[in-house]
Order: sequence, then structure tokens, then C-alpha cells
Amino acid sequence: MNDLVLKVEGLTTCFDTASGSLYAVDGVGFEICRGETLALLGESGCGKSLTAFSLMRLLPTRQARIAAGRVVLGGDDLLALPELRMRDIRGNRMAMIFQEPMTSLNPVMTVGEQIAEAVVRHGKLRGRALASRVIELLDAVGIPDAAQRSNEYPHMLSGGMKQRIMIAMALAGEPDLLIADEPTTALDVTIQAQVLELMRDLQRSKGMAILLITHDLGVVAEMADRVAVMYAGQIVEQAESRDFFASPCHPYSRKLFDSLPTIAKRHQPLAIIKGNVPPLTAAGYSGCRFATRCDMAKALCEGEIPQLQDAGPGRAVRCFAYDDRYRGQWGDGASAIIPAAAARPQQQESGADGGLLAVRDLKVYFKIQKGLFKRTVGHIKAVDGVSISIGRGRTLALVGESGCGKTTVAKAILQLQRPTSGSVLFNDVELTTLGGEALRRSRADFQIIFQDPYSSMNPRMLVGDIIQEGMIALGVEPDPKRRALKVDELLQQVGLPPEAKGRYPHEFSGGQRQRVCIARALAVNPKLIICDEPTSALDISVQAQILNLLQQLQRTTGVSYLFITHNLSVVAYLADEVAVMYLGRIVEQGRVSDVLTAPRHPYTQALISAIPVIDAGTRRETIRLEGDLPSPANPPTGCHFHVRCPQARPECSLQYPEAAILEDGRMVRCVLYPRR
Amino acid sequence: MLHFLASRLLSALLVIFGVSTVVFLLIHIVPGDPVEVMLGEASQAADREALRHALGLDLPLWTQLMNYYGHLLQFDLGTSLQSKRPIGDMMLEALPATAQLALAGMVVAMLVAFPLGILAAVRKDTPLDSGAMAFSMLGISIPHFWMGPLLILFFSLWLGWLPVSGRDDWASLVLPALTLGTGLAAILSRMVRASLLEVLGEDFVRTARAKGLSESRVVLRHALRNALLPVITVLGLQLGTLLGGAVITEIVFSWPGVGQMTIDAINRRDYPVVQACVLLISLSYVGINTLTDLVYAWLDPRIRLAEDS
Ligand SMILES: Nc1ncnc2c1ncn2[C@@H]1O[C@H](COP(=O)(O)OP(=O)(O)OP(=O)(O)O)[C@@H](O)[C@H]1O
Ligand code: SF4
Ligand code: SF4
Ligand SMILES: [Mg+2]
Repeated sequence: MNDLVLKVEGLTTCFDTASGSLYAVDGVGFEICRGETLALLGESGCGKSLTAFSLMRLLPTRQARIAAGRVVLGGDDLLALPELRMRDIRGNRMAMIFQEPMTSLNPVMTVGEQIAEAVVRHGKLRGRALASRVIELLDAVGIPDAAQRSNEYPHMLSGGMKQRIMIAMALAGEPDLLIADEPTTALDVTIQAQVLELMRDLQRSKGMAILLITHDLGVVAEMADRVAVMYAGQIVEQAESRDFFASPCHPYSRKLFDSLPTIAKRHQPLAIIKGNVPPLTAAGYSGCRFATRCDMAKALCEGEIPQLQDAGPGRAVRCFAYDDRYRGQWGDGASAIIPAAAARPQQQESGADGGLLAVRDLKVYFKIQKGLFKRTVGHIKAVDGVSISIGRGRTLALVGESGCGKTTVAKAILQLQRPTSGSVLFNDVELTTLGGEALRRSRADFQIIFQDPYSSMNPRMLVGDIIQEGMIALGVEPDPKRRALKVDELLQQVGLPPEAKGRYPHEFSGGQRQRVCIARALAVNPKLIICDEPTSALDISVQAQILNLLQQLQRTTGVSYLFITHNLSVVAYLADEVAVMYLGRIVEQGRVSDVLTAPRHPYTQALISAIPVIDAGTRRETIRLEGDLPSPANPPTGCHFHVRCPQARPECSLQYPEAAILEDGRMVRCVLYPRR
Repeated sequence: MLHFLASRLLSALLVIFGVSTVVFLLIHIVPGDPVEVMLGEASQAADREALRHALGLDLPLWTQLMNYYGHLLQFDLGTSLQSKRPIGDMMLEALPATAQLALAGMVVAMLVAFPLGILAAVRKDTPLDSGAMAFSMLGISIPHFWMGPLLILFFSLWLGWLPVSGRDDWASLVLPALTLGTGLAAILSRMVRASLLEVLGEDFVRTARAKGLSESRVVLRHALRNALLPVITVLGLQLGTLLGGAVITEIVFSWPGVGQMTIDAINRRDYPVVQACVLLISLSYVGINTLTDLVYAWLDPRIRLAEDS
């Protein structure tokens, strides 16, 4: 692999702000060869996307400017080209796909037109040849019925299909380099697996180089040949993927691994990175950018700027511990770095004591209405007979792909959405028939935390008032003085300083806002907290802090959690039981250790196999699911999964399989496991 | 689609009924007497009574209203109290004049607003942008009854290029069209600019640039069509101002259109004509709104295709 496609040297991009220039990308350099994938890994705001846009010379605002560097693509220095020449290169020798397939396509043009435009721009095809080239591209990215699909508009396609269309468009110019900025972050895992596989296949057949931008270590492990880790605008470590996963060198890289939730780390706190990413001030840095957060920082780290040091073949690290001149200070260099969290003794798996929540045969149907008189023409069966139960002090995880009805279950339990039928027994009280004042009073017992902490708070209220609001409404602590004390106590419990109560939500980072939401939920002493994707908008290291907090709160207050997520490693780390949902129904339910390690239902098996895994040793063959999640308005007959199930039999489409209880106590609904 | 048109027809009927009732009652409540206007203040009381009886104005209000509805159902708008001519004929004379003025004003507005709005958006925060927006601010702040005379003063009286008023040949259309068009162009160019700026920040515009398309293609083919959607909505809402502007412009230039006819009829207390004019204006409101919705649906496949299914 020696034909170099892209060489980047000293790329520096800054924002000219009123208070000076902000160096968001600062001296970034790397190389990519033909047929190679380089992953650019880093947390949000570290400058990954900006690096990509700088390569394309498509900066997001007028304030942004490429201040220095060289970007050489197959002999041409892109930064020196006039804009007109650059346009011949964009979409031709170098193409890009984006994180949000939903918004990245023009809503008023058919997908065929949009692809054709790219073909015409760089290929000069016309008429019949053009049409057949478009179909060929759609075929190449695995769109069924290509001829018909090309006449459809983006809103008629699912997220996964839109990302395929984006890829087809990028392929139009047969690029030497494909830049993929978080191409699968917005997609479900089974769809992510399809798209990643497609990218790998295309790379193999066309030999293009890929710059893959991601924050997901699992995706890096599956896709990348080499890795570059970015922190605060700089590359802090570069290595062959194999070496990187075997032993990450830079203290920041190590922390990223340590803060990943895994089943092996159950019941022990995850490593966290203290503090926040430093501001990219105009004044610049006088030392290592990671110094304030690094456990291994020494005096010299604050006073001198570390350079990328060679640390073995194909490997470079920006840290003094790998610098021959200073290595002595850290003892034996890399090996002196202590593993972050020494494993603590495993806690006893606490047995279930009495049920707190028992949901029986819950159904939530939404009417589909049409016409002048709002005739009901059908039902969307968002939740179609769900039964779950949660014990006191226990955590049940509800997993499934987007649109399968997880959030509707949560709303129906909370009676924010009245169920169509079924029962919700909370603390031996039937909630579905409870109304008015009685329901309002019982609301103190069950609270909810949302995915997006910002939009779930009133931006014009002080944090202190946000936390108190529920207490006042539910009369939990009527005395204002004692209430104020309680707010302080809550803030301390979630790890925020008492001054936080006098500030507004926008003054906090995403992780801190989620803490405020947790404090607000805790304020009314709930027995159950429903967490709806509480960490999916957060970075790995921040997610670790929130998971630690949730776990610690459960130990001290005995609260139960219903944890809704699509992130199975969080489930493995945190939950006691797991229920897997598909199209409004639970298909498998049991202890986390059983279900995740030995899934029985074909859907659970596919779901788990689709998750990119870091440890190459445990990597399994992905069970590839065809197509997308069917519409809940018109679900397949019998077992909802039969149209996608690799093990489907003729009888599967006839009736909904009965629940079978297996020897380890788990429930499975599939004809492969007949009821005994 | 059919369903959509049917519901619009229904709302047009409701509008006719509501507006005609309200206007009918209103003009009978406001002081003034058509008979007195027709015969002059010095006329004999007996003559007035006779005329009033002949016109059916001495009947109870309720009966008059019912008669009116009855005639409407037969598409009979009645006759003018003043000229004794069928109102339908008068309308047919006035309508082309108004339509011509409105159309010409619209064309002027679009010819000015689109280039101006697009240029301002693409060259945001440059002197060009500030200049364009200052011009449009000026256009918005100058009312029609001030703009019209200003143009007359300059082009007709001073330069002597164009006629002062009336509707004779194409030259006489220029000033009224400019008067009506400038105000609209001012509003429209701001809307185009704001909407386009928003769309230019969207992800699909970035995608279009990443394909290597030229800036003009990115703006005209990808951004503009999306930017038009909100513009059309706002334009539909701004219709009232527009129609008001047309009435004033007609007065200023003695343009023999529906606006002119309405004001004359009001001054003479010519009830049936006032009624008919107001009805026409409200119906054109419904009509234009339907048209904007149709254009919107045609531009936005998300709506167009949802309507079909
Ligand atoms: N318009 C802007 N003005 C000033 N600073 C900006 C602007 N846009 C981005 N930045 C800053 O530039 C830095 C890099 O942003 P970039 O979008 O490249 O991050 P990223 O690594 O792609 O993050 P994510 O994972 O969230 O996509 C961030 O610190 C961000 O705050
Ligand atoms: S240079 Fe110092 S502060 Fe920076 S990462 Fe290395 S040890 Fe930590
Ligand atoms: S019941 Fe049939 S279709 Fe459904 S999961 Fe089992 S094998 Fe597959
Ligand atoms: Mg990004």
C-alpha cells in the first residue's frame, strides 16, 4: 500500500472572532494511501469535522479561514488551487458524506436528479447513458428497485437509504478519497452495520481511500487501518489500528478506553476525565493541552508544548512521557502509565425484592385519521402487548431500534399517554384508571429524564428554580428554607457546585445539564426513574460520568430505573434485566448476562452481532438484516420479524408466536422455541 | 387534490355569505342616504319617499337582505342606484383594468425583488447587501399615496415623459405599476433574502457544494426553490396589504378599476355596488390564497405527494 492519495501537513484553520483568532484545527497532519481507511477519532468539538471541511475547502462560515498548511491530493496542492479548479476536484477526485442523511439531501429534488447532477458535473453524460449510470450507482449502493427509487423524493426514504443515496452521489465521480463524517451516527445499529459493510465492499472494489471521522471506538475497530486521535484541535496520537487497540499510548486515548462501559466493568465506577476540554483561546497554549485533565501531568507539561514523538513503527504520540529527553521523569516511559481503575471486588448481584412496577399487556394504538370528517382508517400499533416488570432498586433496560415504540412505552407507564388497553401496576396501585388529583400526587414516585437535556428545561429559568419546580408542584418540601437546603444537597449529590443554582441552563455543558435533569428528577424522591436515552447525546467520557452517577444514586437511594437505550454496551454495564423490543412487541427478555452473551431470538442475535466490537478476539460474523423496520401502521402478519428474519419458516407468518420461558428464566417469542 | 379544491369552494361560499351579510348590515348602519345623494339636499320629501319605494329601500332590512341573497343565488348582482346599469357589466369593465394593474405591479415587484434579494443574501454583510436593504426599507416606508404623486411629479410634470393619470395606452400603465410594484418589491426582497440566507445554511446546500457545483447552480437550483416555500406563505398572508395598495394606487392615478369603483360607490352611498365590490375583493382573496397553496404544493413534493395518496 504505497501509493499515497492524500498528504496533509500542518493544516491550521481558525475562526476570526471579536476577541482574536481561535485555532480550532491546529497543525494537523496525516497521510492516507490507496485502499486504506484512516479513522479520525475524537470527542465532540475537537475539530474533526472542521478538518474535513478544510480539506474540501468548504468552511462553514465566513469567519473561518485556513491559516496555514498543505493538503496534497495526488500531486495537487489543494490549498493553492483557485476556487474554480477546486470545484473540479470536489465530488470528483474527492467526495464527502455527512452525519445527517435526513437533512443532507435536497427535499424538493428527486434522488435520481441529485445523483444525475453529480454525474453530469464530472462525467458529461447525457440522456440514456446518464439514466443508466444513475441506476448503476443506485444498484452499487444496494438500493432495491433502483429505477423506481430514483424518481422518489428524499422524504420517502428511510435514514439508511438516504445515506446510501449520499454514498451513490459520492461515488459518481469515482473518487480517490472519500471523506465520511460520522456516516452512521444517526442510524440504528443494524442499519449502521449495513452501511459500514457497503463502505468496506466499495472500498475493496474501487480501491478508494477513506477518511472516516467518528467518535465511536467500535466503528474505528471494525473499519480503520490506521487511527488518528484528535484532542482540542491537534492530533495527539497516530497508530496502526491493531497497535492502537492493543495498547493505546497517549493518556487521553487510554482514558477513552477506560471510560467505555462494558460488561466486565459492571458494578465498578468507570474512569472519567476530570474537567472539560480547554477553551481554544486566541492567546494559545503554553503547555500540553491535556495537562489540566491528565492524571500523569508533571510540572513540565504546563510550561512546554509537547510535539508528536515517534513511539515505535508507524506510531506517534504527543506527550512528554514518550519524549526521550523527559522519559525518565515517568519512570519507564509508556509502561509507567498505571491502568486507570484497578478492578474492585465484584459486588453481589442483589436479588429482586418484590415488584415495584408491573406492566401487563400494554397497548397503545394511535388512530390514523383522514378526510374532512377525520374518519379513522387504521391504527398505528406503537405498543402492541408489552409486559415488563421492575423490582425495587433494580434496572431494566428496554432496547430496540428507533421507531419500535420504546418512548411510547415510557409515556404510557407515566400516563403521559393513556394506554389503549393493559394494566400498569405501580407499587400495587393501578395507574391506568387513576385520574386527576390522585394521579398528580403519585407522579412524585416516577420521574423521567430525556435524551436532550437542553430542550427539556425552560431556558429562562434558573437551575435552582428548575430543580424546585417539581417539589413545589407536588408539595414535597413545603418549607422554603428546607427546600433551599434540599436543592443544595441535590446539586452536591449530582456533583455540581451550589453556585450552579443561580445560573441558567445554557451556561452548562451537555453533561452538566443532564446532571441538572437528574437532580430535578431526584428532587421529589421518586421510586422509579425512566431514563430515555440519557447519554446518547453525550461524549464517551461524559457518558461515563453520568453512568457512574446513576449507579451511585441507585446504591444510596434504592431507586429503580427503566433504562431506554439503543446502546447495548451501556445495557451490559448498567442493567440487571433487558427487554428487547421489535415493532411494538417484546421479543426476548431476561437477565442481561444471559441475553447479551447468548441471545436466543433471531432479532436479538442480529442486533447484538451488528454492534461494532472493539476486541478483535470476540468479533463475530454480522448477521445481516435485509431492509428496514416495517411500518407499525401495517406490520407483517404473525411474527413481525418474519420478513427480515434469516431463520424464518413458513409458519412464522401465520401467527404471533407464544411466549416461551427457557430454563434460565428468560422469555422468548419465536417458533424456534416452542412453549412447553 | 379534488378534495382540496372542494374544501376551498366551500370556504369561498362561506366567505360570500359572511362578507355580504356583514357589509350589508354595515352600510345600512353608517349614516348617509343614497336617495338624498341622488336627488340633492333640496329635494322634496315626497319625491324622496317615492324613489325610496321604487328602489325597495323602504322595505324592512331583513326583507332587503333576503331579496339580496335571492338575487345572488341567480348570479344577479343588481343594478347601480346611481347609473342604473347592471353591476355585472360595470364589474366586467373595471376588472380587466385592476387585473392589468395588479399583474404589472407583480411583474415589477418580482423583477426587482428576486435579483435584489438573491444578491443581498449571497453577498451578505457587504455594501451591496446594506444598499439593497436600505433601498427596500425606503420602499416599505414610503406609502403608496405618497409614492404615486412623487412619481407623477418627476416623470409626468417635470420630465413630461408619461401621462399623469387615466388608462389609455401602455405608457399610462408605467407609473401605477411602479407605484404598486415598489412597495411589494421592498417587502418581497426582504423575504427572499431572509429565507435564502436560512436555506443557504442547510445541510443539503453543503452537499451540493461538495459535489463541486458552481455557486450559481447551488444558489439558483438548490437553495432558491426551497427558499421560495416560506416566501409564498408570507406572500399569501400579505395579500391584504397588497389589495389595499392597489385600491390606493387606483385612486391616485384615477385608474378605472375595481378600487376606484368601490370608493366612488361608497361616496355616493351606492349600496349594491359597494356590496358587489367588497364581495369581489374577498373572493379574489380566497382565490389567490388557493393559488398560493397550489403553487406551494407544486413546489414541495412532501405536500404534493401526501395530497395524492
Ligand atoms: N461558527 C463558529 N464560530 C466559532 N467557533 C466555531 C464555529 N463552528 C465551530 N466552532 C468551533 O470549532 C471547533 C471544532 O468544531 P468541529 O465541528 O470541527 O468539531 P467536531 O470534532 O466535528 O465535533 P462533533 O463531534 O460535535 O461533530 C469547536 O470548538 C467549535 O466550538
Ligand atoms: S504531556 Fe504531560 S499533560 Fe500532556 S498528556 Fe503527556 S503527561 Fe499528560
Ligand atoms: S418466529 Fe420465525 S420469523 Fe419470527 S423470529 Fe422466530 S424464526 Fe424468525
Ligand atoms: Mg462533527
